[in-house]
Amino acid sequence: MEWLDAIIQGILLGGLYALFATGLSLIFGVMRLVNIAHGDLIVLAAFLGLAMVNGTGVHPLLSLIVTVPVMAAIGYALQRGILNLTLGRDILPPLLVTFGLSIIIQNVLLEVFSADTQRLKAGALETASIAIGDQIAIGWFPLIVFLAALGVIAGLQLMLFRTRLGMAFRATSDDHRTAGLMGIDNRHVFALAMALALGVVALAGTFMAIRTNFSPAIGPARLLYAFEAVIIGGLGSLWGTLAGGVILGVAQAIGAKFHPGGQILAGHVAFLIVLVLRPNGLFPRTRDR
Amino acid sequence: MSEGSAAYRVERGTRASRYGALVAVAGLAVLISLPFWGGRADMRTIVEIAYYLALAQLWNLLAGYAGLVSVGQQAFLGLGGYALFVFAMNAGVHPIAAIPLAGIAAALFAVPTAFIVFRLRGAYFAIGTWVVAEVYMLSFAQVSALGGGSGMSLPAAVVKGIAQGRMWRESAIYWTGLAIAVGAIALVYLLLRSRHGLALTAIRDSEAASGSLGVDNFRTKIWVYIVAAFGTGMVGALVFLTKLRISPEAGFNVVDWTANVIFIVVIGGIGTIEGPIVGVIVFFVLRELLADFGSWYLIVLGGIAVLMMLRAPQGVWGLIAERFDLRFFPVQRRLVFDPASFSFVADADKEGKPEP
Amino acid sequence: MSAGPEAVLETQGLTASYGDFQALFGIDLHVRRGETVAIIGANGAGKSTFLRSVVGQLPSAREQVSFEGEPIGHLPAHEIVRRGIALVPEGRLLFPSLSVEENLRMGAYGRRAGPWGIGRVHELFPVLAERRATPGTALSGGEQQMCAIGRALMSNPVLLLCDELSLGLAPVIIRQIYAVLPTIVAEGTTVVVVEQDINQALAVADRVYCFQEGRVSLQGRPEDVSREDVTRAYFGV
Repeated sequence: MEWLDAIIQGILLGGLYALFATGLSLIFGVMRLVNIAHGDLIVLAAFLGLAMVNGTGVHPLLSLIVTVPVMAAIGYALQRGILNLTLGRDILPPLLVTFGLSIIIQNVLLEVFSADTQRLKAGALETASIAIGDQIAIGWFPLIVFLAALGVIAGLQLMLFRTRLGMAFRATSDDHRTAGLMGIDNRHVFALAMALALGVVALAGTFMAIRTNFSPAIGPARLLYAFEAVIIGGLGSLWGTLAGGVILGVAQAIGAKFHPGGQILAGHVAFLIVLVLRPNGLFPRTRDR
Repeated sequence: MSEGSAAYRVERGTRASRYGALVAVAGLAVLISLPFWGGRADMRTIVEIAYYLALAQLWNLLAGYAGLVSVGQQAFLGLGGYALFVFAMNAGVHPIAAIPLAGIAAALFAVPTAFIVFRLRGAYFAIGTWVVAEVYMLSFAQVSALGGGSGMSLPAAVVKGIAQGRMWRESAIYWTGLAIAVGAIALVYLLLRSRHGLALTAIRDSEAASGSLGVDNFRTKIWVYIVAAFGTGMVGALVFLTKLRISPEAGFNVVDWTANVIFIVVIGGIGTIEGPIVGVIVFFVLRELLADFGSWYLIVLGGIAVLMMLRAPQGVWGLIAERFDLRFFPVQRRLVFDPASFSFVADADKEGKPEP
Repeated sequence: MSAGPEAVLETQGLTASYGDFQALFGIDLHVRRGETVAIIGANGAGKSTFLRSVVGQLPSAREQVSFEGEPIGHLPAHEIVRRGIALVPEGRLLFPSLSVEENLRMGAYGRRAGPWGIGRVHELFPVLAERRATPGTALSGGEQQMCAIGRALMSNPVLLLCDELSLGLAPVIIRQIYAVLPTIVAEGTTVVVVEQDINQALAVADRVYCFQEGRVSLQGRPEDVSREDVTRAYFGV
């Protein structure tokens, strides 16, 4: 029963990791960009939520009304103003620029909010749970996060396959030069993809901030979780990314059962095992060109 | 060689490289003598400059020449540091002698690491190396014999074993630091001038093309990765011999051992030997200037690196070299035309004659 | 020769380079409204480079290209397309992860008002209606070419540029594809075809330009240029 409980908690945690990873997966899919600052942007969103909640006293979930569009706007500006300049055949510029941004964001957060650990308080929602039998309880909040991950991914899939913008994303992903011949402004489409990705990041950052303690330094670890979920699931497949997040969450939960310090290590090891056995991930779609 | 073909020489030396070599030898001599007239603080700073220079050269070899953008070199730095402690404390090896052994240990770890991270390419390779470095950090934190998460200190007896008296101990570490920096530059220089150098430059300039030209990319890259791990491990041993204390946090620190190094190379100029040298100078000058501003230092450094990457990806050295056509480390072969020995008649006469 | 006010497309001294390699050396060319113009030339003569410069995939100076009387040389591809130039690119370049129908709809992304829509394209190429749900790249070469032409028409272009329609296709398929050109022209569309196949090009064109090593080596009406002229201009012998 104890193990079943660990697995259930791990699956729910996987929902949060899938939310971390969705934005990374989307921008890789559309523009083959790997954003090393992704984790720090998650933490930035968490601090924006914190500032909102501390400043106005609203419930953290209500702060999303502001943080989601703000992060989306930051995403649009970031892509249009900086990252579009780095795209090309050479992989160094996007990598090194986003790495630089990662360090900048971390240290700006450190200057503004100090190194203290923080937490977003969500009142009764933090502890409310559904009891199943005597030994297993499913927390309402982790469940909400998991359902939100399902909803976000389903929504993005609908967007990709049912809307004009989604079609433009897929066409640009296939061949951005030819997409230009269709009248698509790649700079704008890339910026929209980043806006969408950071909108999801705002959601992920706020959920993370309610679930766990956070500080300016934890961004890189979130990047690694997101990256691992994407690679485990297979590049270019959003449902695969969800599966990757769940596998990572379950591995961490089981690792924590074995050894108190083993949680994160177990997640990394699960990733490395998948990498060795199935280098293209479990559900690959996009070819890395 | 026939007279006519003497009009062209394949040359690698440049005028700057010959004068530069003289200046470098003189400068090195001054640096070597520093323990006899300089201050202890100066020596410490120069050791730090030396190990950052070595790290920058090695990272540049990986990213600038072999196209292997690693964000996980802290793995080998930490491994080298821990290896030094194990060799010196548990095996009783002389600490200075343990430094190359630590390099070998890091290189041995690099083999299985390469087996895993080489499954990822490009940007994914970068993040993959970071994951592996985290795995090393978390694993070392679990080993209680190595002090677990809080780490361990080098016992005074081991430190005293380096040499008689503080002055000689510090000088020994200082000279080792200089040797490692000079060694790293020499290693990269000689590697690039060797047969592998052409392969590496080919990889840098066009991955796909050099693959089709028959350069064995994969093997060359694996070798470069292992060599870089060896060097980084030695630097790690040196770093923690000066710090006398190691912990997983400090040994496998991504900001200290990778971010700073990347910034140095990017600012100085990636893909050249001179770039990291210039970058290290800029790095330490900035650090001195911004010493009182806490984390603003990293913000400014990161900002400059981002700007350089966007506006002048060839780096400070690239800008200087372009402006003055300077090359101190001639790794490319240049075709030199010598008008004095050139003549149409001579060429026409010798046409078809085999070279001796 | 003056292009006159009826010129839809006009290039003046158009140059283009790939890095250090210069591919076009001052091309003067014009296309009048409603005309079909053929550009012929050997491999590497600069024909495709010319089309890529016109649609903005290669940079050129502002005044080097004008469209409907306005300079467009400096504009990026997506803006040029929205003004009414569509390119059927060499090698078709359908989007592999989009279905046939989505490929067509993609062509209408920067759509202008006009006669062409999915229904008219299906009328022109019925096979595209039958196979609407298959991935674009699962089609045969000829069907892919039809899809690429349909995709370009979906934007209702003023000027349709076709790059090597016949490349890699069987003669019977080439005839089928060229058979639809009159229908397209009848809607008032101006057409430029780039071809290595001289006979095919001379059969459909009102006027023909021959390129050789990045320069115009011959121009005129098909009936006015002799075989010998064309051979000389084509091969440079």
